[in-house]
Amino acid sequence: MGKRLMKGNEAAVHGALMGGCTHFFGYPITPASEIAQAAAFYFTSAGRVFMQAESEVSVINMLYGAASAGARVMTASSGPGIALMGEGLSYLAGARLPSVVIDMQRAGPGLGNIWPEQSDYNMVIKGGGHGNYSNLVLAPSSAQEMFDFTRKAFTLADQYRMTVFILSDAYIGQMMEPVEISGPVLHGTRKDWAVYGDAASRPNLISSIYMNPPLQRKHNELLQDLYRQLEREQVDYQDIQTEDADLVFIAYGISARICLSTVHALREKGVKVGLMRPKTLFPFPKERIRELAEQGKTLAVVELSSGMMADDVELHVRGRTTVLRYLTMGGETPTVQELIANVERDLMVRSGGLSNV
Amino acid sequence: MNHVEICKDECKGCGVCVETCPRDCLMIGDEINAIGYQHVVFVGMGRCTACGMCYRVCPEPGALTVMADVKEV
Amino acid sequence: MSERTEVRFSKAKAFYDTFERKGSGDKVTHYCPGCGHGTIQKLIADCIDELEIQDKTVFLSPVGCSVFSYYYYDTGNIQCSHGRAPAVATGVRRTLPEAVIISYQGDGDLAGIGMTEIVHAANRGENITVIFVNNAIYGMTGGQMAPTTPMGQKTPTSPFGREVLRDGRPMGMAELIASLSAPVYVERCSVATAKDVLKARKVILKSLQNQVDKLGFSFIEILSPCPTNWGMDPVESRVWMQEQLAVLFPLGVYKDVTTHLVAVDPGKFHSPMDDDKLRELLRGASEVPVQRSSPLPHTQLIKVAGFGGQGVLSAGELLATCGMSEGIQVSWLPSYGPEMRGGSANVSVILSEDDIGSPLVDHPNVFIAMNGPSLDAFEDAVAPGGLILVNSAIVTRKVSRTDVRVVYIPATELARQEGLLSAANVVMVTAYLYITKAFSIETLRRCIPLVLRKKAYLNQNLALVEKVLDHCVRTAGSAGSDESDGSAGSENG
Repeated sequence: MGKRLMKGNEAAVHGALMGGCTHFFGYPITPASEIAQAAAFYFTSAGRVFMQAESEVSVINMLYGAASAGARVMTASSGPGIALMGEGLSYLAGARLPSVVIDMQRAGPGLGNIWPEQSDYNMVIKGGGHGNYSNLVLAPSSAQEMFDFTRKAFTLADQYRMTVFILSDAYIGQMMEPVEISGPVLHGTRKDWAVYGDAASRPNLISSIYMNPPLQRKHNELLQDLYRQLEREQVDYQDIQTEDADLVFIAYGISARICLSTVHALREKGVKVGLMRPKTLFPFPKERIRELAEQGKTLAVVELSSGMMADDVELHVRGRTTVLRYLTMGGETPTVQELIANVERDLMVRSGGLSNV
Repeated sequence: MNHVEICKDECKGCGVCVETCPRDCLMIGDEINAIGYQHVVFVGMGRCTACGMCYRVCPEPGALTVMADVKEV
Repeated sequence: MSERTEVRFSKAKAFYDTFERKGSGDKVTHYCPGCGHGTIQKLIADCIDELEIQDKTVFLSPVGCSVFSYYYYDTGNIQCSHGRAPAVATGVRRTLPEAVIISYQGDGDLAGIGMTEIVHAANRGENITVIFVNNAIYGMTGGQMAPTTPMGQKTPTSPFGREVLRDGRPMGMAELIASLSAPVYVERCSVATAKDVLKARKVILKSLQNQVDKLGFSFIEILSPCPTNWGMDPVESRVWMQEQLAVLFPLGVYKDVTTHLVAVDPGKFHSPMDDDKLRELLRGASEVPVQRSSPLPHTQLIKVAGFGGQGVLSAGELLATCGMSEGIQVSWLPSYGPEMRGGSANVSVILSEDDIGSPLVDHPNVFIAMNGPSLDAFEDAVAPGGLILVNSAIVTRKVSRTDVRVVYIPATELARQEGLLSAANVVMVTAYLYITKAFSIETLRRCIPLVLRKKAYLNQNLALVEKVLDHCVRTAGSAGSDESDGSAGSENG
């Protein structure tokens, strides 16, 4: 197949259909409404289920019901909506139901505005709801990855019986780029734990209740084992010119795209910089961060938040190297020129350039 | 003969069946059962019509079983 | 009188023989002595047996005393969060057209926290059965006040009694649900007396039969005793129900339209097309064939800006599509949000031989100004040596920068002459390609049909391209030359 020019939002819906998703439950919110709109058209046209719910709370519970019945399910929203889904996400994790949720991040707190931030990081990476649980979190930075990641998300969700988040942002969703719709349709198969309303599945129970504390403890430990398994099997990142770099940007989503331009521009000026772009935020590429730190590279976290991912980077750096924070909030994005100026200033300070002034 | 079989360790002694029975076939006994209640006992041999009212109002799934005469042909 | 007897009433087959999920070998419920839940759940189990639907049944137990229903029912079981069972049921219903779905909810759950979910599931007419157990308090958490608690009733959270100015009045859910158009069967019954219980059994049976017959949404409210939290003995509690609760919440049929209904089609929501057809659907009409004409002179950082309705975003899409069709890298990023629905719009397009990093164009080397405010907004941001194309049919002023190349095109006027007032965007893109030679005009002609939404105007658009080329050639001394003083370009219009 050739390529089509499409928005990240539309690419996600294409990825969902090619990933075997049969049920989309949605609720309008800028900047994720286009996903629901595209799903309303494509899911319905493809004979699959699209439904607009009465609230995000209902959305996540419809996902819970359809996933309980063995379907491949998804929704898409933005920060305020994801926050409302918190309890349901916790239930999905507790009951070990596979689902896919896209978060097109916008600026907060509160109503905030509709331009991009990456300030849902803590909410999504650390769970979002109550209890000891995590989601598998993928971070696309192009329309093609919106397609690719969404397509594979359903298989991952089934494989690990958990929620897979696509943590994206308003720009990655709004941006049009060429997208190749390729590969076979990945259909789900019958699940031995699901409730199908038939004789074979009659013994099955979907529940997150363990009234016996030792059993609840065991369930929690099983979840934690699952997350450790994810760290062994699913960590993914992209290294761009990190080999000889003195400074390595760490960024995802739209921030990574801006960093990529900055790397190109600084390299032209002879400044050795690179980019490490996590494609999975949970599991986090902490080994790679440790390696970069041990190699003595300065790390610069570029994100549209108060430093939520930077905190995680520092956790794995453990003081081995300097972690710079180039943070922007409020729906604004840093320009390439600003990042260049930051790097030139900070590298000079670190090499002692300013101490002689 | 029509009667009610009482699974005594499944009875919580609430007395709703006693109150309901139109023929006073049931009463709360003196014995305390395995789950700590004074359970119901059947005292209606000859009066019971196997109407099933006691079974219907009883909140426990298996505490009461109503046995009815087999109609001989 | 016979010597031999047979079982007439005994534990339903829809219950597990022993309740292993509750505890090894357990045979009793977790309900308090005299609890209405036990009686009601027996009725449901009995009806499942009678209708022979055990294998098809999916029992939903949201939070409340009945949250552990899955201990007892030998059916498919889904435990749900507080109040959300109707939404969960909706998800199940849209997945399993043949399942019999029972949403078993208490009054705090359904009438309090879950009001939104129940009303909307009812209003959609989901083919499910809702059993609403109204005992006028929150049972599981210790008897607190519920939306259904009678006036004056003392509870742990209304220690001086429910008071109208603070707490409002008790809600009649059967009345509320019956006021919607979609539900097919709404009845309120009770388990206070043996007669009530027998009636309740008939009502439950009917509500399940409705679902089996695919008639739609059935809502059964059942008044139920909670002796423990009411502080009464089980027999007293049943008297209180008759004297107080059934007066507040009158029993009876609130709605029943089942007699003149036909079944809803269970397949109407879900009949997936095969993979080949899906691929065909996704391929759509807009797949872009790649055909290379010439290498791009340098990365084009393009900003197009103007009024909403001037085709600003489409101009960008056309440029990006041309780039794609040349096999180079492209990105398109619109301004979006509330300002799109009124005033101005702008789009950033990047065309590059290399991978594109940031899709944001802060300093364009090509700026297409469709109107005056856009020129004001972005003129200063244009990179030195860049190109500004001005829609001189609308923009009355000249560009004041002297370090950029400027070309004036009376775009709106040229479009109007061709009968396509809204195609000023095509004029500007054509002029841009003519001037920069970024791609061949043939590429443009090939891509217009891919982007054009109103296919009926294709020929007029293609004719407009020729007209613009003609205009550019006629004004070649200015439009095609390398002016940099801001005064060059076509003065036409």
